[in-house]
Amino acid sequence: MLAFIIRRLFQSLLVMVAVGFIAFSLFNFVGDPVNNMVGIDATIEERQRMAESLGLNDPFPVQFARFAANAVRGDFGQSFRLSVPVEDAIAERLPATLELVFVAALLSLAIGVPLGVYTGLHRNSPLSRLLLTVSLIGISLPTFLIGILLILVFSVWLNWLPSFGRGETVDIGWQSNLVSLDGLRSIILPALTLCLFQLTLVMRLVRAEMLEVLRTDYIKFARARGLTNRAVHFGHALKNTLVPVITITGLQIGNLIAFAIITETVFQWPGMGLLFLQAIQFVDIPVMAAYLCLVAFIFVLINLVVDLLYYTIDPRLRIDKRVHGQ
Amino acid sequence: MDIKKTIVTIVAVFTTVAGTTVGAETFRYSTSGDILGLDPYTNNEGPTNTMKSNLYEGLLHRSHDLSLHPALATDWEQNTPTQWRFNLRKGVTFHNGNPFTADDVLASLDRIRQPDSDMTFAVASIDRIDKIDDHTIDIITKNPDPTLLLNLPLFWIMDKEWLEENDAFTLETGATVKTFANLNVNGTGPFMLSEWVPDTRTVLRPNPNWWGTPTHNLTEAVFTPIGNAATRVAALLSGEIDLMYPVPLQDIPRLENTPGITALQGAELRTIFFGFDQHRDELLDMPGSGKNPFKDVRVRKAFYQAINIEAIKRAVMRNASIPAGLMIAPGINGYQADMNDRFAYDPEESKRLLAEAGYPDGFEVTLDCPNDRYVNDEAICIAVVPMLKRVGIDVKLNAQTKSLHFQKIGQTENWNTSFFMLGWTPGSYDAHNPLNQLMSVDGEGQGTWNSGRYSNPRVEELTDLVAKETDTAKRNEMIREAFQIHKDEVGHIPLHQQALAWGIGKRVKEVKQRPFNDVDLRYVIMN
Repeated sequence: MLAFIIRRLFQSLLVMVAVGFIAFSLFNFVGDPVNNMVGIDATIEERQRMAESLGLNDPFPVQFARFAANAVRGDFGQSFRLSVPVEDAIAERLPATLELVFVAALLSLAIGVPLGVYTGLHRNSPLSRLLLTVSLIGISLPTFLIGILLILVFSVWLNWLPSFGRGETVDIGWQSNLVSLDGLRSIILPALTLCLFQLTLVMRLVRAEMLEVLRTDYIKFARARGLTNRAVHFGHALKNTLVPVITITGLQIGNLIAFAIITETVFQWPGMGLLFLQAIQFVDIPVMAAYLCLVAFIFVLINLVVDLLYYTIDPRLRIDKRVHGQ
Repeated sequence: MDIKKTIVTIVAVFTTVAGTTVGAETFRYSTSGDILGLDPYTNNEGPTNTMKSNLYEGLLHRSHDLSLHPALATDWEQNTPTQWRFNLRKGVTFHNGNPFTADDVLASLDRIRQPDSDMTFAVASIDRIDKIDDHTIDIITKNPDPTLLLNLPLFWIMDKEWLEENDAFTLETGATVKTFANLNVNGTGPFMLSEWVPDTRTVLRPNPNWWGTPTHNLTEAVFTPIGNAATRVAALLSGEIDLMYPVPLQDIPRLENTPGITALQGAELRTIFFGFDQHRDELLDMPGSGKNPFKDVRVRKAFYQAINIEAIKRAVMRNASIPAGLMIAPGINGYQADMNDRFAYDPEESKRLLAEAGYPDGFEVTLDCPNDRYVNDEAICIAVVPMLKRVGIDVKLNAQTKSLHFQKIGQTENWNTSFFMLGWTPGSYDAHNPLNQLMSVDGEGQGTWNSGRYSNPRVEELTDLVAKETDTAKRNEMIREAFQIHKDEVGHIPLHQQALAWGIGKRVKEVKQRPFNDVDLRYVIMN
């Protein structure tokens, strides 16, 4: 077990280094940050001074080595655009993204599971057909278009919900949207936009699993025992569909964080995705590097946890090892 | 059903509070990007400078119609060609209560002139400032400087004591920047900073101790960057913000047709133009030929006359542009109205000129173009490709994001371009600035954005003379002569000034649109 974890950790480290290296070599193609920093009236000498002070004149291996050495110590340098340490800039925006992802994941489960159950139980009803068709549209429309449509309907036409920003946030150890009314109103549209893809996925997964489970023998026996429909559907069938749903949802968290870039841009949601996009436009290399490494780290972490979970859950894995070891 | 009831209640609660949190005279406005910082001497960027000018003041103030007015100086006179006497305003305090005196001006000059400052250009001609008494100073310029006053509105005055107390005197940029003065504000301006949350909001409130009479009626101003243009339009339509810019050209009719919303349009000071490489002996696109067609004025003029500017105005800019024949816009000091006509659009003449120059079959050239910097920049370039094709020129379009574009056509890559698009607003509002930056190369600090390395000995000479000539009439003649030479030689192809478009909501009674496309809160009046 320990050897397995150590091996996985070592592999994760390699992935991180590779991501850092690839990301860093790409930065040679994103343009010159100096022009954004000094303004158009700056003289050639001022530009060269700036490039020098940012270390941009050093050869690529030197720049990467310096970045890696500092990153290992948790120091990602100073944001070119914001003039604050990158760790601070990311730490300030991380809660916004995590809350958005959390609410989106919650919504996708809270809406997706019941809809999946319904379409599984009443697979030929007109409503089920409608839901499945609509979900196809939802899955094929690009995120930014969904966001704009939601803004058009709920902000411009109905004037119910704000079209941008986080609204009033409350400090509960971090700046939170979840404890004030204004904050909750602000998070609805972006969370809905972000969750739509995942919601469709959950709904279709639950439906397929329900159809599968309802055919099994123990459901027949449950019915034979005279249990109510409600007990059969929710007590026995649904419970057994949830294992894959939870696995998929967990794995999708990483995707949600990555997809949040588009949603955050549409709604001017001040999270990590927006920070990253603005960093690209400004050629803010330290922020881009730190963000990519962080996202890589999250994916690596999620995969590691999932691997460890499988190891614990699936007894066959362990037995095999033991047999092998003897 | 309980759940149903709960949902109805929740929706009711949510919807009833919509839009009730905004105070009567809170002005909310938005543009595409956030300010880059608050230190008055770093980040020379339009919207950032405007935000700082709400908070800080210079000796002079540039009004919405570009005219100059006394601010921290009450009056001034030029005693000798290089010595100016300024009387400073008495009884002015900084936001923290410290009195404003001559020492603050001297300290500000020392600070703005540090190597890491981005604003040195504003005081480039100043040799030193002498303190006569607490409210009188002499500015001594290195040479006679006719543009001294024009540059002073951008020389914001900081508080000496505040800088010293907070160890914020030294300016540093790059990896080790000190951030105190970049995050905190202590100016004399009509507005004070309440908070700045980067990428989220900047909140200002009026300075109750300001020396002047406010021309606004705001109790609070909230600036919010919204990067996505569609979201920005939606936020205006839903009444969440009171003003936003720029309005995408295709949305202007929509806003005009919405009750309570107006689209305010005007001309901007920026001139958009094309330039060509007139320096290299061999064009980058013609390796091995040993030729650079752009060295021949006939070829440059052929390009000029092949471009149908009216078609660009109509089809690409939706009439939101003003075609230009000069490199500066009306309103800039030195503008010559009678010289702003363009060479006629005449493809036949273009073909003739090309044949005469020895290129009857045209040639191939790459056009470098930004795609996210100016209004419809890439679309303009796309429109020009078939126009030039008609006279035999094969244009390969290289449109890319601004940071890559400016890197390629700038000094970093040694002006690595043959044919390019650029836009320019003179930072000093004076003709000398484009002469210096775009049309000459030989002096120190000259020609940073003269990416085609255009150079004419007489224009070079005139540029240096214009910098020093204090006789307005003589100076104007020199500017005319330089512009005439540049125009006859087709040093660049001026295209147009793009139009500004602001969307304004019904809570705003009056706002002055300044031609530098930004909102000065001094000139906002709410209903």
